[in-house]
Amino acid sequence: MDPFLLEALLNGILLGGVFALPVLGCNLVFGVVDVVWLCYAELVMVGMYGVWFLHTQQGWPLYLAFAAALPLVSALGVLLHLLVVRPLLGAPPINQLLATGGVLFLLQGGAMLVFGTDFRSLGVELPPMEWQDVFISGTKLAAFCAALVGAGALWAFLKFTYVGIAIRAIARDREVMPLMGVDPRRVYVVASAVGGALAGLAACLLVVQLDVHPFIGLSFGPITFMICVMGGLGNMLGGFLAAFLMGVIVSTGSFWWNTEMSYVIAFGFFIVVIFARPRGLFAR
Amino acid sequence: MRAEEPALVLEGVRAGYGDFQALFDVGLRVSPGEAVGVVGPNGAGKTTLLRVISGMVRPRSGTARFGEIDIATTPPHALPASGIAHVPENRRLFPHLTVEENLRVGAYIPAARKRFAERADYVYRLFPKMAQRRHQLAGTMSGGEQQMCAIGRALMCSPRILLLDEPSAGLAPLVVAQVFELVKRIRDEGLTVLIVEQNVAQVLRVVDRAYVLDAGRVVAEGASAELAADPAIRNSFLGGH
Amino acid sequence: MIPAVVAIVAVLAVVPLLGTPDYFLHLGITSMLMAVSGTGWAMMGRFGLVSLGHGAFIGTAAYVMALLWNEAGLTPWLGLPIGVGAAMLLAALLGYPCFRLRVVGHYFALVTLAAGEIVRLLIVALREHTGGSLGMTPRLAPDAPFLAMQFSKTGFWWMALLVWVFGLAVWWMLDRSMSSKALAAINEDQDAAASIGIQVTSEKLRVTIISAGIAALGGALGAQYRLYLNPESLAGIGISLQIVFGAIAGGMYSMLGPSVGAVFTIALEEVLRVGFGTAFIGAAPFVYGVLLVLFILFLPRGIVGFFAKRR
Repeated sequence: MDPFLLEALLNGILLGGVFALPVLGCNLVFGVVDVVWLCYAELVMVGMYGVWFLHTQQGWPLYLAFAAALPLVSALGVLLHLLVVRPLLGAPPINQLLATGGVLFLLQGGAMLVFGTDFRSLGVELPPMEWQDVFISGTKLAAFCAALVGAGALWAFLKFTYVGIAIRAIARDREVMPLMGVDPRRVYVVASAVGGALAGLAACLLVVQLDVHPFIGLSFGPITFMICVMGGLGNMLGGFLAAFLMGVIVSTGSFWWNTEMSYVIAFGFFIVVIFARPRGLFAR
Repeated sequence: MRAEEPALVLEGVRAGYGDFQALFDVGLRVSPGEAVGVVGPNGAGKTTLLRVISGMVRPRSGTARFGEIDIATTPPHALPASGIAHVPENRRLFPHLTVEENLRVGAYIPAARKRFAERADYVYRLFPKMAQRRHQLAGTMSGGEQQMCAIGRALMCSPRILLLDEPSAGLAPLVVAQVFELVKRIRDEGLTVLIVEQNVAQVLRVVDRAYVLDAGRVVAEGASAELAADPAIRNSFLGGH
Repeated sequence: MIPAVVAIVAVLAVVPLLGTPDYFLHLGITSMLMAVSGTGWAMMGRFGLVSLGHGAFIGTAAYVMALLWNEAGLTPWLGLPIGVGAAMLLAALLGYPCFRLRVVGHYFALVTLAAGEIVRLLIVALREHTGGSLGMTPRLAPDAPFLAMQFSKTGFWWMALLVWVFGLAVWWMLDRSMSSKALAAINEDQDAAASIGIQVTSEKLRVTIISAGIAALGGALGAQYRLYLNPESLAGIGISLQIVFGAIAGGMYSMLGPSVGAVFTIALEEVLRVGFGTAFIGAAPFVYGVLLVLFILFLPRGIVGFFAKRR
């Protein structure tokens, strides 16, 4: 195989790993609370700024900055839920979506006010790996592995803890939950915290690969939602697989054409998928 | 049996949804250790009655108490901790979770989590089939097995009263008999049971007493044997079904 | 309502003749054109058909118009209707399968969001013609300003006023039509609506095409007025959400709601520009965001809806 195409394919898989975390986070929140956080990518942005600020401005070691980003964004997720989503739980669902769209502007503008519009770089880079003419960025590979670990941790949480199982249950039938002694409102908060933590983890993995700026959310937010819908909103496994599919489409698309066209193809593919399978590629 | 078992007492309960009133001044009492049935035709308000007891529907007036607990003012998710377990209409299992995971959801409250192994053993002894199928997805089981799983899920929180809503609905006659056999066993072990059924003939064989509900009102009550022998009841409910 | 609108229009029509400073004419023109887009959006938004991709229609119309002028020399007088027609065609292509396959609620919002992004990215990708993310300017034609639709502020004021009245008229006619009742019923319960013989797909499709056309008309004319096109400000998620913000702030359930919202948005932008100076570019989205959340939380029917209820 053409080594460059192979490289594009591998990069696509690595990219899929990065898409996977926000997709899982979005799906988790949607599955439980039934609200799409339109500002999800902006939560990731806040985490990226957090890591950048703590590491380069405050001189924290990188691992401490990473460790701080998770609870920071997790708390932001809880705050978003309590202040914006919870008061709207009885409102038409679309109002919740639009309110989180307001938070998107708020965080974007807030980032501009605090950090300006400059591109901020963490300036860390692992050496690339080479294997038979195929070069893979060490940083991307490390981020990919961390994403898999994060997804694995989420899987274990959902599979083995009482709250995790309740989260999977509530996604299917929320009215019946109180009969089991489950207060759905508390599960919502937990899901928001976990969804936020996943955004925080995604932030750590992205900030080592990309410069952070106030509009960065717009560059991967839309595709995150597309992937969620493609996999089936609330369907964690579907979203996880769709993330890799989209990663490969975007990556090989840029190999054959250019970055914008690769996204056009990816979004076009998304629309076709929705028309072919309105409840997602992996809907049962 | 525990020393001070609470009684379930409803007095003058009115409840409904929106403009629709489903219950009119319903009074009911279930003493500790009793098995009580509520029978009546479709739309009589039986399900609403159970939903009032498990806090899913708030009564508009009247009182509903379980021992010291005022059901009307307790949040529904706090009621399982006080001993009320409700097996809802149509079972409402989580079809995409395994049998064991369904039991885990049933054991969500802190007190039940501590006793999970013990309770799961109990449920598996009660329903050996569930033990065989513990890792099977609940949605892939037969209707009767799902009903057992739903009852098992409700038993996980060590309830003091078990509310059963139409456990025989949608099941084959043979399976219905099995389900009622199980209900009988549960009740013989001393658990208080309140069971709502359309299958009047069957339910009167497993309960001590029963209430007849029609159009949201209690129209008759008495010991099962009496009701089963009552010609009026026989004509309107037993004959027709 | 109608006499009030006639009076407002009459007053507005003479404004440029009173020696009004250019700055206020500018604000008026942008407000009116944004009001058109918001009114278009609200035509479907009020029936629960929330589109997060109206930028797709605006971007399509604006770029079709500008490219026809720059590359083929076709006058915007023809280019604008062709562009709006292209936007309506896009709306039909997108809407038909959506409604046919019952893509509703969140799914519909996200599909339209994708459509907006696709149009934005296509504009960027076709940079040889569109100038990519740097934007493009329609070729100036000082010798033929009318043919090129390049007027003074006064001329554009009347154009904008005309288009605004047209938008309101369409809203009003739609509101009076059977379609409005059908759409309200569909919004309430799609299955019930279908069971009483309402053609769900075609009703939704019709309102979507009209809505896209009106929004595209306002947006494309705005681009022509500014003589500058840019993918970020004409397509994609940013502009799409901005339209939604204006409509919700003003009130998407009443005829003048989106117009009030547009005036409110433009006024707010100016206040922020003056108040924050260089920090403006951050402050504006920040305040937008806060207000959007507050509106949805506390005034979900918008400014007009709030006062209408009071009365």
